[in-house]
Amino acid sequence: MNKISIIIKREYLSRVRKKSFIIMTILGPILMASIWVIPLYLANISDEQKTIQVLDETGIFVSKFRNTDEFTFVPVDIDFETAKDNLSLSGDYALLYIPQTQLSLPTTGILYSGRQTSVDIKSYIKDVMKKEVERLKLEASGVEPDILESIKTGIRLNTIKIDADGNEEKSFTEVSMVLGIFSGILIYFFIFMFGAQVMRGVIEEKTSRIIEVIVSSVKPFQLMMGKIIGVALVGLTQFLLWVFLTLAIVSVFSVAMSNGATLTKSETLFTEQGKMLDGKQLAEFSENMDQKDDMIIQLLEAVRSINYLEMIGAFIFFFLFGYLMYAAMFAAIGSAVDSEADTQQFMLPVTIPLIFSIVMAQFITTNPDGPVAFWLSMIPLTSPVIMMIRIPFGVPYYELFASMAILILSFIGATWLAGKIYRTGILMYGKKVSYRELWKWLRYNQ
Amino acid sequence: MLKAINVSKQFSGHLALNKVSIDVPHGSIFGLLGPNGAGKTTLIRIINQITAPDQGELLLNGRRLTQEDVSRIGYLPEERGLYKKMKVGEQAIYLAQLKGVKKNDAQKKLREWFEKFDILNWWDKKVEELSKGMQQKVQFIVTVVHEPKLLIFDEPFSGFDPINVNLLKDEILKLRDGGATVIFSTHNMASVEELCDHIALINNAKKILGGKVADIREAHKKNIYEISYATSSTSIQNILPSTFSVIQSIKLNGHTRAKISLPHGYSPNDLLQWAIANFEVHGFTEILPTMNDIFISLVKQQNKHYE
Repeated sequence: MNKISIIIKREYLSRVRKKSFIIMTILGPILMASIWVIPLYLANISDEQKTIQVLDETGIFVSKFRNTDEFTFVPVDIDFETAKDNLSLSGDYALLYIPQTQLSLPTTGILYSGRQTSVDIKSYIKDVMKKEVERLKLEASGVEPDILESIKTGIRLNTIKIDADGNEEKSFTEVSMVLGIFSGILIYFFIFMFGAQVMRGVIEEKTSRIIEVIVSSVKPFQLMMGKIIGVALVGLTQFLLWVFLTLAIVSVFSVAMSNGATLTKSETLFTEQGKMLDGKQLAEFSENMDQKDDMIIQLLEAVRSINYLEMIGAFIFFFLFGYLMYAAMFAAIGSAVDSEADTQQFMLPVTIPLIFSIVMAQFITTNPDGPVAFWLSMIPLTSPVIMMIRIPFGVPYYELFASMAILILSFIGATWLAGKIYRTGILMYGKKVSYRELWKWLRYNQ
Repeated sequence: MLKAINVSKQFSGHLALNKVSIDVPHGSIFGLLGPNGAGKTTLIRIINQITAPDQGELLLNGRRLTQEDVSRIGYLPEERGLYKKMKVGEQAIYLAQLKGVKKNDAQKKLREWFEKFDILNWWDKKVEELSKGMQQKVQFIVTVVHEPKLLIFDEPFSGFDPINVNLLKDEILKLRDGGATVIFSTHNMASVEELCDHIALINNAKKILGGKVADIREAHKKNIYEISYATSSTSIQNILPSTFSVIQSIKLNGHTRAKISLPHGYSPNDLLQWAIANFEVHGFTEILPTMNDIFISLVKQQNKHYE
């Protein structure tokens, strides 16, 4: 077996077998899945029915309240004081009291409750009352109910992206933004986490003094590359396990929940429409939907419109090469110091471009094709994060390939330079290293 | 077997090796001596191609030393350690694999060595559970397990207790007898006399002495002889002719041992004849200088010269 593959194997196995790796691998998907699962779960548990007593002295509104999954409206016909006193005994959620008014139309209601009332129910009650009063007013001024019905209008604004060849594609800015920032942060996190692992590995070899034993058998460069590649494989393993486990957890929970007794409205919609969502059908169908459902469809459409193959492919590429470039620098830093505490001064210039990319993330999403976005996605130190943020918005292929090519070249350059620092640094003990010293090492001809 | 010719190495502003040449004969134990910072470790690193020389070349069996040759050398560095979190056996196999031993062979050979050193029960322990001396044993085994023809030990005895030093010495001698050539660096002069056939003494980046141990001691002898005789009433200092001088005399159990230095041009017979005439002589031997004496006097002499 080739020596570098022996090194890769050790670096890989020694990390994958660690408790911290196993814990991270299990916790990560649980955290990510919970982002999907918890809202669904919460929607289900809030299904507990709450009863709201309606004491409507005007008699105008009482029939207008519709029961929802969460709330049941029960008219009561007793005097206000008794109803108020009975509320706590009855165990009902709230009492809505609409007092009689003498001159004008009633515009006041009072909601009594033993608990803090939710924003949802307040706005629902307000909405119902407002619509009813408006209707009455319009009727009083002689507008026919038919006309009233016909002026209700839902506006949809579809945004469509046209590429150079005239192909149209619906664009979904919000979804792209979330997705872009999410994958950008993930890249940032992965580069940092695994880059630091390489650095710690190098420092460990230095402080444990095993380094000289090893470099008498293999070239320092082989050891460095073996370590970097080994850790990269650990990162890929972790990423793929996360994707896999997250999907598994989400689907297990979805199945478990749809088998449950109740389904939330949106879930029903989700599954029903899932069957028939394609092209024209979708367009026709969506026209008939009211605004809330419309949003869900848009979201579904958006989620479907994303080119996952491109996303995952690009993620793996930018993670891998971004990581490789940074890992080489981290390895060089590790070789130059005696302990992790000494890394500070060298870490700063390496981490600043990464942190800067994250700081710029929000700005990039507001102008994903602007010159700042373009240049930051070409500069290799920031391109892995920035390119991932831009991709969901659509990036021309020539830009993507240019960025990839620059990144590959920079990786080779960084590795070559890091290798020079590394082979001198790993055998230096007890010396406080300065930047000037590193410069000298770069020019050593060994 | 191994030759270094005019090897020089400069580190930023200071000369670590200045035209050092050594010649290590096949099947010998070669001692590389010198005070701290003299350049021994640099020379060893150059032989192992961990650092490259600025000048000079290295020959192995008459050919230029290649990276391939180097990866077959068994090298025990001065700064040595093991992965702390890794299990002993697993780690030993890993290091043997890096030396090009197949996994199964490595396992088999390592187990034999572990048995020989009586440490087989450490196989599944983590290195951090081992004491420093225990780790040194593992390191020694890892250095020799691939049966190298050329072995280089940098300060092999540091960190060992006397029992294990002897164990190690025996193993080094056995390796030599098995046909291996051994280079080792040390400050431990007693071990040099016991083990080394040849030495090179390096001081201030220069080789100041080299050759066979026996020849060197012969060359540095100072005409000193020890007589032991039955103690008599007259003290030797009082009656010794002024051409000879007493360096030391010790009385013990009715005997006196005196070290006497002879001036140039006198033979031991001159001293003996005089002694027989005056005392009842029990023994007479020549005192050769120890490597320690030679080492100290040469280094001091040279350092004075520098000042």
